[in-house]
Amino acid sequence: MDGEELTEHETALYDRQIRVWGADAQRRLSKSHILVSGLKGTVVEFCKNIVLAGVGSVTLNDDRLVTEELLSANFLIPLDENVYAGKTLAELCCDSLKDFNPMVRVSVEKGALSNFGVDFFDKFDVVVVSCCSLSTKKSVNEKCRKLSKRMAFYTVDCRDNCGEIFVDLQNYIYSKKKDDETFQCHLDYPSFVEAIAVPWKSLPRRVSKLYLAMRVMEKYEELEGRVPGETSAADLLNVQKLRKELCEAHSVSESQIPDSILQRLLEGRQEFPPVCAIIGGILGQEVIKAISGKGDPLKNFFFFDAMDGKGIIEDISEQKAQG
Amino acid sequence: MASEQHLSAIKGAKVLMVGAGGIGCELLKTLALSGFKDIHIIDMDTIEVSNLNRQFLFRQSHVGESKAKVARDAVLKFRPDISITPYHANVKDPEFNVDFFKQFNVILNGLDNLDARRHVNRLCLAAGVPLIESGTTGFLGQVTVHVKGRTECYECQTKPAPKTYPVCTISSTPSKFVHCIVWAKDLLFAKLFGDKNQQNDLNVRSSNVSSSSQQTEDVFERQIDEDIEQYGRRLYDHVFGYNIELALSNEETWRHRNRPRPIYVKDIIPTELIHENGDLDKDSIIGDSSVSAMATLGLKNPQDLWSLKENSKLFFEALKLFFLKREKEIGNLIFDKDDQLAVEFVTAAANIRASSFGIPLHSLFEAKGIAGNIVHAVATTNAIIAGLIVIEAIKVLQNNVKDYRMTYCLEHPSKKMLLMPVEPFEPNKSCYVCSETPLTLEINTHHSKLRDLVEKIVKAKLGMNLPLIMHGSVLLYEVGDDLEENEVANYAANLEKVLSELPSPITGGTILTVEDLQQELKCSINIKHREQFDEEKEPDGMILFGWTQALAVEKNYNGASTSQATSLNTEEDEELQFIPTQIGKKRKLSDNFITASSDNSCIPKETKIKRKADEVDCNNGNSDYGREKMEQ
Repeated sequence: MDGEELTEHETALYDRQIRVWGADAQRRLSKSHILVSGLKGTVVEFCKNIVLAGVGSVTLNDDRLVTEELLSANFLIPLDENVYAGKTLAELCCDSLKDFNPMVRVSVEKGALSNFGVDFFDKFDVVVVSCCSLSTKKSVNEKCRKLSKRMAFYTVDCRDNCGEIFVDLQNYIYSKKKDDETFQCHLDYPSFVEAIAVPWKSLPRRVSKLYLAMRVMEKYEELEGRVPGETSAADLLNVQKLRKELCEAHSVSESQIPDSILQRLLEGRQEFPPVCAIIGGILGQEVIKAISGKGDPLKNFFFFDAMDGKGIIEDISEQKAQG
Repeated sequence: MASEQHLSAIKGAKVLMVGAGGIGCELLKTLALSGFKDIHIIDMDTIEVSNLNRQFLFRQSHVGESKAKVARDAVLKFRPDISITPYHANVKDPEFNVDFFKQFNVILNGLDNLDARRHVNRLCLAAGVPLIESGTTGFLGQVTVHVKGRTECYECQTKPAPKTYPVCTISSTPSKFVHCIVWAKDLLFAKLFGDKNQQNDLNVRSSNVSSSSQQTEDVFERQIDEDIEQYGRRLYDHVFGYNIELALSNEETWRHRNRPRPIYVKDIIPTELIHENGDLDKDSIIGDSSVSAMATLGLKNPQDLWSLKENSKLFFEALKLFFLKREKEIGNLIFDKDDQLAVEFVTAAANIRASSFGIPLHSLFEAKGIAGNIVHAVATTNAIIAGLIVIEAIKVLQNNVKDYRMTYCLEHPSKKMLLMPVEPFEPNKSCYVCSETPLTLEINTHHSKLRDLVEKIVKAKLGMNLPLIMHGSVLLYEVGDDLEENEVANYAANLEKVLSELPSPITGGTILTVEDLQQELKCSINIKHREQFDEEKEPDGMILFGWTQALAVEKNYNGASTSQATSLNTEEDEELQFIPTQIGKKRKLSDNFITASSDNSCIPKETKIKRKADEVDCNNGNSDYGREKMEQ
């Protein structure tokens, strides 16, 4: 990039991955700064991946006190009350992550994500948010878009044995290799607000049912003032009502969002560790691509469901819908 | 998903993981988090620095320790209440027999080589335990499920042999850098530092081979008391100058090719300059394997492209260091990607040769990757694959046969999918491993010895570890610790006998039974006598039919030897893999997989470049290299 060379130690440590993405990508990684908010299992997997990959810094934000439930898919912290009592998730994860790769600076940022101003985000190149409300997703995404530099913004959400990633790379230019030739490519991403505003009617008929179901859940939690994932089977009737309203408003059939999916999303608050590994792995790969500017990034939603084993990309954006 | 039934299946399960490397670390973590309580793990490797970027259970301070043991300790830190039993051992050791395998509900492979994968496959079939197989390379990966009688076994499908190169491309007409690497590593390096008794194609390019062979042999030997500089210059001029001139004399060869340029040392480095480098005697320690020519020359960055002159200096320096610091090893050296000096020598020689042929030069970092067949590896793919393995394992434990899937992890989406599940294939009815289809062997029963049969077929092709050969009820050969002395002597004598002269003669029409008691694999071989074999196309002097190509050597460019099935315990730290080439619902059994190469620390002992049947119109069975026509 700007000619700074990797040290001998970096070359030795990162040997196998430099052979995948090249020394210039490795240099870009080592200068990137990443903010991560909401540290449940999937995000912990993601953090492990990018710390191993050798990013410049990772800033963790999650002031929740640790509970056994929060640790169900967390391999950074022992399931031992004597260890975790009284400490926040971010603090405990920080201590272990540092250990994975001494060359990466890992730190904790306290405070509620929704309270951070636009300037705060300026120090980062990538922002990953999880376990937060619909309005926080929207507002953080909008703040990132107000900055003069281009930010990569991701949300990730896992429930039961499935999960979703949303990506906003704004106006993104990257290089791509094909048959030994390098091409410049360009992609234009909608913001989160723009994406979820795309009328359902205009989406491909076979769009992932999870996409629609997640929008219903998100909206429901927002309306009810729930913490994401704080739902149970008792909510089913009300969620079905909301589904009806939304489907009518969008003029699509309710059968697009089967009860079985809603039930799973309502009840499955416990994360399923294999799905965390899979979604956290895909997210890690995407962030590495976005930082290095190499390879096709996914646009703009990704879904994995262990029930059918498919990992699917959906492009939910206005121009796509019109075209 | 986290139903009671599903949790109880996990809690009651006893699972065996084979491999605690890239996939293994991720897998052990995900199993532990998912609630598995009784996990056994086998890995014979120790931890290396280049593992640390992805094998996240290991730290710098663990370098040199057992992977299985360190992985166990690391996972117990966050899940102290589960049982993890580590074995720092080779899965092919006899203690891991069929009875050992039978105690598990499912076997999970995170291996790095075909040989061990085949071995585990056979034990799983014999023990009747389901196997989940996996592998990654770069951003690609796959998980497959193998249940005896329900799905194909690991060896049901043909796995194409790795890339091989015609001998003439390597020895006379390289057109790509990789050809220069193969030449530098398998011919020049092997000739100078390896076993002198090995056949070597380094000098076969002259049209009057026979007359000059004795003379050229001496070129490679350092004369007694010969000055090392003198020797280096003589060698340099011979391989990069004289040999190129000789090749140029074959006009026919160059009619449609760019003519190479002979390179002589005097044109590159004036005499005095060679003497400039290396005040060796002061600083380095004799016999130190970390000796580096780069270091003494002040070349720092392995990713830099060095000039022809720099490469030439590196060549002399590396050669000198081998003779001054590692003389005892000369004659037994085998190229190893972790041997710095060997990598330097091969890089330098390959680059000088590349200059000669107008091929772009490469950095040491790149040359090392090519020479060592280093598999690209990242943490994310391993994490994803490990997650998919656990999902399949849970289905297997619940016996959800209709839900089993093989899953590909792709770099570029196919039908919008990055993770693509496919229904498993049915067993291949003509698979000699999981069905009982007999094999056919064409062999000259009047010339070939039992030893040839054992080495070239039973071990190399069938991948047997401890074979036993029977003709009717007569035991012809057997290996094991519990044999009587007279039996050992008897079998040793049989090995040297021609097939038709054995106590129970093997002739055309004979049906042999070959068995491995550890793998519990038994096959029948129908013998067909055949007089003649083409030395070029059929170098083994025998042809086996009904055998899938699976074995063909994981790691050599030249596909030189078939793998040494029994004894290569060298370290390999990567996750060799198979990746899909084309994906669609209706695929033929044969075209689904390609074999990616793996780490090259497992070098076949025999490093000559064989003239294989499919690469031969090269020289039509004689040594006229001028008429070759071939493509790679």
